[in-house]
Amino acid sequence: MDKVIVEHLYLNYSDGTESLKDINLRIPANAITVLFGPAGGGKSSLLRVFNRLNDLADVKDLAGKALLVGADGSTLDLLDPDLDVIALRRRVGMVFARPIVLPLTIRGNLTYGLELAGERDKARLDETVERSLKQAALWDEVKDRLGDPAVALSGGQQQRLCLARSLALEPELILLDEPTSGLDPITTNMVEASLQELKENYTIVLIPHSIEQAARTGDFAGFFLQGELVEWAQGKDLFTNPKVKRTEDYITGRFG
Amino acid sequence: MKAAGASIQKRQTAQQLGYALVTLVAVITILPILFIMGYIFIRGLPALSWEFISGFPTQGLKAGGILPSILGTVVLTFVTTLIAVPIGIAAAIYLSEYAADNRWTKIIRIAIINLAGIPSVVYGLFGLGAFVIFLRLGVSILAGALTLGIMTLPVIISASEEALRAVPQSFRVVSISLGGTPWQTIRRIVLPQALSGIMTGVVLGLERAAGETAPILFTTAVIYQPNLPDSLLSPTMALPYHLYTVATQVPGMPEAIQYATALVLLVFVLGLNALATFIRARARAHRQW
Repeated sequence: MDKVIVEHLYLNYSDGTESLKDINLRIPANAITVLFGPAGGGKSSLLRVFNRLNDLADVKDLAGKALLVGADGSTLDLLDPDLDVIALRRRVGMVFARPIVLPLTIRGNLTYGLELAGERDKARLDETVERSLKQAALWDEVKDRLGDPAVALSGGQQQRLCLARSLALEPELILLDEPTSGLDPITTNMVEASLQELKENYTIVLIPHSIEQAARTGDFAGFFLQGELVEWAQGKDLFTNPKVKRTEDYITGRFG
Repeated sequence: MKAAGASIQKRQTAQQLGYALVTLVAVITILPILFIMGYIFIRGLPALSWEFISGFPTQGLKAGGILPSILGTVVLTFVTTLIAVPIGIAAAIYLSEYAADNRWTKIIRIAIINLAGIPSVVYGLFGLGAFVIFLRLGVSILAGALTLGIMTLPVIISASEEALRAVPQSFRVVSISLGGTPWQTIRRIVLPQALSGIMTGVVLGLERAAGETAPILFTTAVIYQPNLPDSLLSPTMALPYHLYTVATQVPGMPEAIQYATALVLLVFVLGLNALATFIRARARAHRQW
């Protein structure tokens, strides 16, 4: 089943930087899709169409089709100007390149999204805190100090807290924009292992911070170059047997 | 070798000279404030007594205490706070969080800067025209607080906007990405983080308002009042105006009373200043970014 359907999507910013040209792809549910390529290729812009964070950017033109498919098969038009973006963002979680913990306690970070949505039930919040921390492989390290400020955590712990924070809302789709770019290899492994478990129940779109990570984690992969989706394939195929010369050049390190 | 040695010698001399110069300039900046404070303390302290602080003036202000003036200034400052702080913070939130960067906000900003540059006596005359006469509030605490409030607004708005902008943009993006509305983001993340900076600006603005004479001259202050004001529509005595009166308007005024009045006003204003410094220091120690 497809989770996101993108057809003939075009995007331009007012200042003329990074754009998307005629993007067509289908992101499969319950799998990890990696979008990779050199900086400025449009990967992040595409990601921010999926949770409408591009509303904060100065977008000039946005055209084409982008649909989010619900568990019941219903579709949501992601380009609809009247879309309830608040509700959308509760269904689509995001983790950023830098760990950005909110100036709250560890627990406060995790319950933030639910509280904004009006959840008051302490038992449910407690249960969510424990579940999401376990899913992000952080529970054992912080379970005894949930009331501490989140900034007291190490960088790797902070990033796993950010992952747990988006999981707390039980999103259908999780967007990760180079989530391990600032992390050490051990923490990177932990995050990647978490993602492999999470894909059973969630759909994951990952912008990897290296080609190696793209090859390791991707069930499906798209190669982006200067706003174009150059090649799209099942992960292993794309990295072992690229069909397009430009993809091959990039993954063999001839440019990028 | 010898030339190189001489050159190092020369540079060292220049360095010492430069250091001495900046130290001298720093001392010159501190000296006047130390002198003013020391002088007023020494001259005013002998006349300062419990009776002076808690009593009413007698014998045409030449004896007794200054309680009505102290209370008047406290009440004026308090009412000014109630008027200026909500409006100032709301304006800062609008400018920092909601308004786009366009011609309209540019005009607002220029207006704020100009508001800060208007001489205080002009505020006083404006208050007389607008509040005392046009709104028929009469010479009253309310008219004075409104005048002081308008005068304080630019300080509060600028300081608050700066404090709000200092909160990292990334917090806002994260909050929005978790399904937060702009207002939820402001109320739960941005405002609490900016609060100490806002408080500092507020106190500094009020400190200026508390010490001003010209704005209350035509709007609030009276030379003498036998009873304490009983409503916000009554006029009141106030410290800066009282100081002006005892210093220049009453012949044969004992010097000790003049200095003691100045001392009380100075302590009041410096107290507010110390409060602002304390809030800022505490907030810096607790800041999480």
